[in-house]
Amino acid sequence: MRHVGSQLVSLAVAAVAAALVLAAVLTMTGYDAAPALTALWRGAFGSPDTILSATLVRATPLILTGLAVAVAFRAGILNIGAEGQLLAGATAAAAVGLGLPAAVPGAIALPLCLASGAAAGAMWAGIAAWLRQRFHVLEVISTIMLNFVAAYGVAYLVRGPLQEPQHIYPQTATLPVADHLPLLVPHTRLHAGLAIAVAAAIGAWWVVGHTAPGFRLRAAGANPFAAAAAGLIDVPSTMMGAFLASGALAGLAGAVEVTGVTYALYENLSPGFGYTAIAVALLASLDPLGVIAVGVLFGALEAGAGAMQRNAGVPSVIVSVVEAALILIFLVPRWRRRAPRRVATA
Amino acid sequence: MKGIPLGAVTGYLAATVRLATPLALAALGETVSEQAGVINVGLEGIIIAGAFGGLVGAGPLIGREFGVAMGFLVAAAAGTAVAIVFALFAVVLRADQIITGTAITLLGLGLTGTLYRGLYGTGGAALSIPTAPAVPVPWLVRIPVIGPAFFAEPVVTYVVYLLVPVLWWWSTQTQSGLAVRAVGESPEAARAAGLSPRRLQCGAVLTGGVLGGLAGGTLVLAQVGTFAEGMSAGRGFIAIAIVALGRWRPLGVAAGALLFGAASALEFLFQAMGWAAPYQLFLAIPYLVTLIALATLAGHHAAPAALGRRDIAT
Repeated sequence: MRHVGSQLVSLAVAAVAAALVLAAVLTMTGYDAAPALTALWRGAFGSPDTILSATLVRATPLILTGLAVAVAFRAGILNIGAEGQLLAGATAAAAVGLGLPAAVPGAIALPLCLASGAAAGAMWAGIAAWLRQRFHVLEVISTIMLNFVAAYGVAYLVRGPLQEPQHIYPQTATLPVADHLPLLVPHTRLHAGLAIAVAAAIGAWWVVGHTAPGFRLRAAGANPFAAAAAGLIDVPSTMMGAFLASGALAGLAGAVEVTGVTYALYENLSPGFGYTAIAVALLASLDPLGVIAVGVLFGALEAGAGAMQRNAGVPSVIVSVVEAALILIFLVPRWRRRAPRRVATA
Repeated sequence: MKGIPLGAVTGYLAATVRLATPLALAALGETVSEQAGVINVGLEGIIIAGAFGGLVGAGPLIGREFGVAMGFLVAAAAGTAVAIVFALFAVVLRADQIITGTAITLLGLGLTGTLYRGLYGTGGAALSIPTAPAVPVPWLVRIPVIGPAFFAEPVVTYVVYLLVPVLWWWSTQTQSGLAVRAVGESPEAARAAGLSPRRLQCGAVLTGGVLGGLAGGTLVLAQVGTFAEGMSAGRGFIAIAIVALGRWRPLGVAAGALLFGAASALEFLFQAMGWAAPYQLFLAIPYLVTLIALATLAGHHAAPAALGRRDIAT
């Protein structure tokens, strides 16, 4: 419980710091801070419906991609590619959902969509994992390159093979209702994806913290040389497994977004969930349960930023500045205390 | 090149050089930084800051009378400012270089986007600013095919041509160049020899900031003629890949930049030839080439031994 308490305290400190940084940046860039922050608060927590339909809906992909980053980083893999893996998952889910015969019931079609999304995310991460293992390509670089390839790939697919039948809009047709995630709360936009995300977080917490594969993952991440020297731990396959699991979680985020929110694949499906995920995972100290709380905080921040842009005319990209500042403020001292780690070179 | 007219070849080469120029600038700066043992993933943030600086310096806000030159000056200053933040955390405080760099990239993208909309309207109206004119080099420009491509370029491209031998000379022949590389190989040995790893690393990172800022300035002032949010479009990361491809040597890095320029310019060649192919797939080519080249050409063993290390005694 002490652990949960300290997590909540650091979360509260992060929330206050976020507000202060935001106020400072707003003032420095010439915006009026008070109305902007008010609009942000209303957009995130203004009513039960904004909490359910805006904040928690926005938090869902952040929790899943945050988990993806946390699992990879715990294993010492710097997977910056959650964005591309999410897009791969979204693409696969949309393609499977649209490709299945209409006779397939939702009880089969929906899980198939989600599973193929996770598999596609794992495959996309698998490219970087293979490049790292076979050719020693630094995964920081390869995953970022793959993010761009995925983004342009989606842009091509929604204008080419996957475009809707009228060939007017750059997007796929709408998924059949059987493939839609059910709503968690009626008359809101909150879908069952949040439950999936929370379940995934609890699952990741259990696996990483309380199982033998999780121990191997942490050992390989803490010090790959010691883990290998101690015997018993096959470091390359442990890291490969962690990389694939990370990709699967990010791919699942994409599938959940397509089946729960957009019901179609299009460009700019993700407003950078996979990049925000890095901040989410780091602020949660790479703890899967912490990712839930930080994911909700960032979901509120981003939902509020949207309202801030609409109602106070402040560009929502300002949230990136806040995220960067939070990483620098909170993580630098924490990471300094950690065991030094060498970066494998590309 | 059967069936391709010489004019199209020249056009393709010119596009290659034009696209390679900012990549070469950024990658040469990153080379200096990595030679000192610091990998700066925040380069993307430095480039976008430089691009925005180029707009502010050359644009209608201040100093219009100074035009392009002022644009490059402010671009270099903006890149340096972002590099100072990176150096503060990654070198002075010895925070994790990759994590710090990721934050710096977010910071650069977020701050420029916010300032751009704040200063130039919420819609971010397209601004047109003066661009650097092509300055043909007498005599050299008359070389058939190659001349008009390589020697009818903006001045900043010639700066890159000069920078390659100068950086080579600096890193292999001068006291300070050797000192920086010594720190990148073994900070402990460098310290024992009386050098200050922190100071040298800060200097190297700031050099990377100046060149990265100029790279961003080049995008705005010599290529696009305006600023767009996120216009760095991953060039910082490509530049880091180019450094590994070029094996941390200026000439190799310049060659790597040309390779990526050539990959990106394929789009123009296909357009010029009227060959139809999906536009989005062309945009993905440079990133795919990066991956393939990293897997096949990069010399992992040429990396500075202390690259990315933070357990350096103070």
